[in-house]
Amino acid sequence: MKVKHLALAALMAAVGASAFAQPKEQFFPGLPYRTGAYAPNGVPWANGYSDYLKLVNARGGINGVKIIYEECETGYATDRGVECYERLKGKHGGATVFQPLSTGITFALTEKAPVDKIPLITAGYGRSESQDGLVFKWNFPLVGTYWQAADVLVQAIAKKEGGFDKLKGKKLALVYHDSPYGKEPIALLQERAAMHGFSLQLLPVAHPGVEQKATWLQIRQARPDYVFLWGWGVMNSTALKEAQATGYPREKMYGVWWSGAEPDVKDVGEGAKGYNAVTMQHGAEPQSAVVKEILTKVHGKGQGTGPKEEVGQVLYMRGAISAMLAVEGVRTAQERFGKGKWVTGEQARWGYENLDLTQKKLDALGFAGVMRPVSTSCADHMGANWARIHTWDGKKWAFSSDWLQADDQVLKPLVKKTAAKYAADKKLSPRTPADCQS
Amino acid sequence: MFYRENGQFKTSYRADQQIFGITQDRVAVLLLVAAAFLVVPVITSEYMFRAILIPFVIMSLAALGVNILVGYCGQISLGSGAFMAVGAYAAFNFFVRVQGMPLLLALLLGGVCAAAFGILFGLPSLRVKGLYLAVATLAAQFFSDWMFLRIKWFTNDAPSGSVQVSDLQVFGIPIASPISKYLFCLTILVVMALGAKNLVRSAIGREWMAIRDMDVAAAVIGIRPMYAKLTAFAVSSFIIGVAGAMWGFVHLSAWEPAAFSVDISFKLLFMVIIGGMGSIMGSFFGAAFIVVLPIFLNQFLPFVGSLVGVEISTSGISHAELIIFGALIVWFLIVEPHGLAKLWSTGKQKLRLWPFPH
Repeated sequence: MKVKHLALAALMAAVGASAFAQPKEQFFPGLPYRTGAYAPNGVPWANGYSDYLKLVNARGGINGVKIIYEECETGYATDRGVECYERLKGKHGGATVFQPLSTGITFALTEKAPVDKIPLITAGYGRSESQDGLVFKWNFPLVGTYWQAADVLVQAIAKKEGGFDKLKGKKLALVYHDSPYGKEPIALLQERAAMHGFSLQLLPVAHPGVEQKATWLQIRQARPDYVFLWGWGVMNSTALKEAQATGYPREKMYGVWWSGAEPDVKDVGEGAKGYNAVTMQHGAEPQSAVVKEILTKVHGKGQGTGPKEEVGQVLYMRGAISAMLAVEGVRTAQERFGKGKWVTGEQARWGYENLDLTQKKLDALGFAGVMRPVSTSCADHMGANWARIHTWDGKKWAFSSDWLQADDQVLKPLVKKTAAKYAADKKLSPRTPADCQS
Repeated sequence: MFYRENGQFKTSYRADQQIFGITQDRVAVLLLVAAAFLVVPVITSEYMFRAILIPFVIMSLAALGVNILVGYCGQISLGSGAFMAVGAYAAFNFFVRVQGMPLLLALLLGGVCAAAFGILFGLPSLRVKGLYLAVATLAAQFFSDWMFLRIKWFTNDAPSGSVQVSDLQVFGIPIASPISKYLFCLTILVVMALGAKNLVRSAIGREWMAIRDMDVAAAVIGIRPMYAKLTAFAVSSFIIGVAGAMWGFVHLSAWEPAAFSVDISFKLLFMVIIGGMGSIMGSFFGAAFIVVLPIFLNQFLPFVGSLVGVEISTSGISHAELIIFGALIVWFLIVEPHGLAKLWSTGKQKLRLWPFPH
């Protein structure tokens, strides 16, 4: 068994060596989870990601450079994610960018990315403090972090109540997945709670989240004014069913974007009516130009990755947007390092740091009405801090709020403080302006 | 024909009691260890190091620890993941909070904390046995999950409960490149495996085995069950704790409590059962089976698929991997209930007689 394995590894090494000479195609690795407890949410994301990359190839590649895509199943397990990362990072001349889609794997890869010189995009998830590009050179939480999401949610309920001063004395409960992912928003919510005088009740739910009876009993006793849901996978639908059983009004429940997609609510159907979730800009976008293009150019040719009906759903769009950001970063990098040429991970990193997606560019890509401009810099690796709230009407998600912007006055100091602590723990010195130019 | 001890006479007690009684065995094992230290670093790719060899070496060490408790002393434990977690977080706290703490000392102190934790959760073993003890040790698992998720002090007040280490070095040599990490882990493994092997051959090891085989009879002939059981818990948890600290420090370098979930406990127990209970060698076989085989299947299946011109989807591979892996476990347990180590020793026995059947 071992001999065979060694032989296989030797074979792969030989293939890798021959491909090393001059890569012609840009390699985008994928770390999805199509199996396990979180598969219902992981699958549409991965389908969107892969379909959009296929669409880019159908459009003629990135200035002529075609894309290779290869997946390695992680099952949301950190050790398997690390194995997959090691497996894929050197293939096809070197990986361009990794999108781990798991907070646990993001934490592990954050330590590896600077060594291997491969950027990490964590669009909407991962470490919130990695927004600070001066400390986190290789992390890109593009278009939103959990702190931004939490901040927008607080703003949304303040708006509903009629101003921040009305939040005083209110009770807010956070029902969260008991993992680094679920704990991310706590720091920001505590900050906001101190600012506006509302109380915050923390209710952790153990992985995978199917056992929530005790949590909802506590909610029934405490009767919080609002419940924030920071769940993932089966935990979301379970929470909504429990809310229905305890009679907690769904209109007063707000989820993070991981808790606001079709797989979370469709089992509950009518029971989830009125439930809200924050979206990192986009919701379900079946009418958008890019979805129509994918349907004709990818699914129309029988090359679609998943079922056709799911194209344009919330998580599918999330995958497509993540892929778009990854591709556009490479396009930006090509403008500096040579148009129509293959770029290294290091060059792609420059592209992600100098991303400037204007509304015109987004419209041309088919994302009109889906998202707002994104512009990153050395200090800000997030690029945009807008969000909207959408509400489940029993059959589909529909937007129920205007564009909301996270408050930098609240976020920035927190990001700075936490990033500085990370830098101190790791004995890193922040990047100098000269390093930003490179 | 070649593998035979004919003509090798033992003329001293020392020669009679050595670990490998047959010269060929001794030479083969020494060559294997030498190859692991000298040849493997030269021929292996970075991927093999980071994704296969380092996890394999660390998990072998952990399986070795579990084998002492489960295989030698007969105390079924489902708390191994917890002992690993305690080792990892204790080492982390020593490493981060004490200025200038050397890595090696931090790892060993992590092991010591895990040993103390192991003794504490080994106390029920004085009253309950078998499956009941397995359930009691499961409490250790849940307790550690709770402890590292809830008590912020243990995670150095990290907002999300995830911790990371950097700047690892031993005697001024940085442990950063895959080769240095591998050699570091391998050195610890060899030293600990040698120590464990000698321990189970000594008086205390015989006490453990006596307790395993029949604790009442062992007590009658003068073995103190409390002492024997708790030392087994302590030694086993120490080794598992060091392995856990290495898993966090060397392999993952950033981890969360979920990295040491109950899954790890089960996996370690499976390693011991499949590898062979009460066999140091079996720990290595078991670790190889559980760590390497799924990854091998995951890469081998698409290869097979491409040979016959079929492209298997990612989820298809992943499901097939689980099915084949599960089927193999069942098959091995039916064919050889004493584990892979038993197959190994049967093979050696056959080789001794070869080419004659009797």
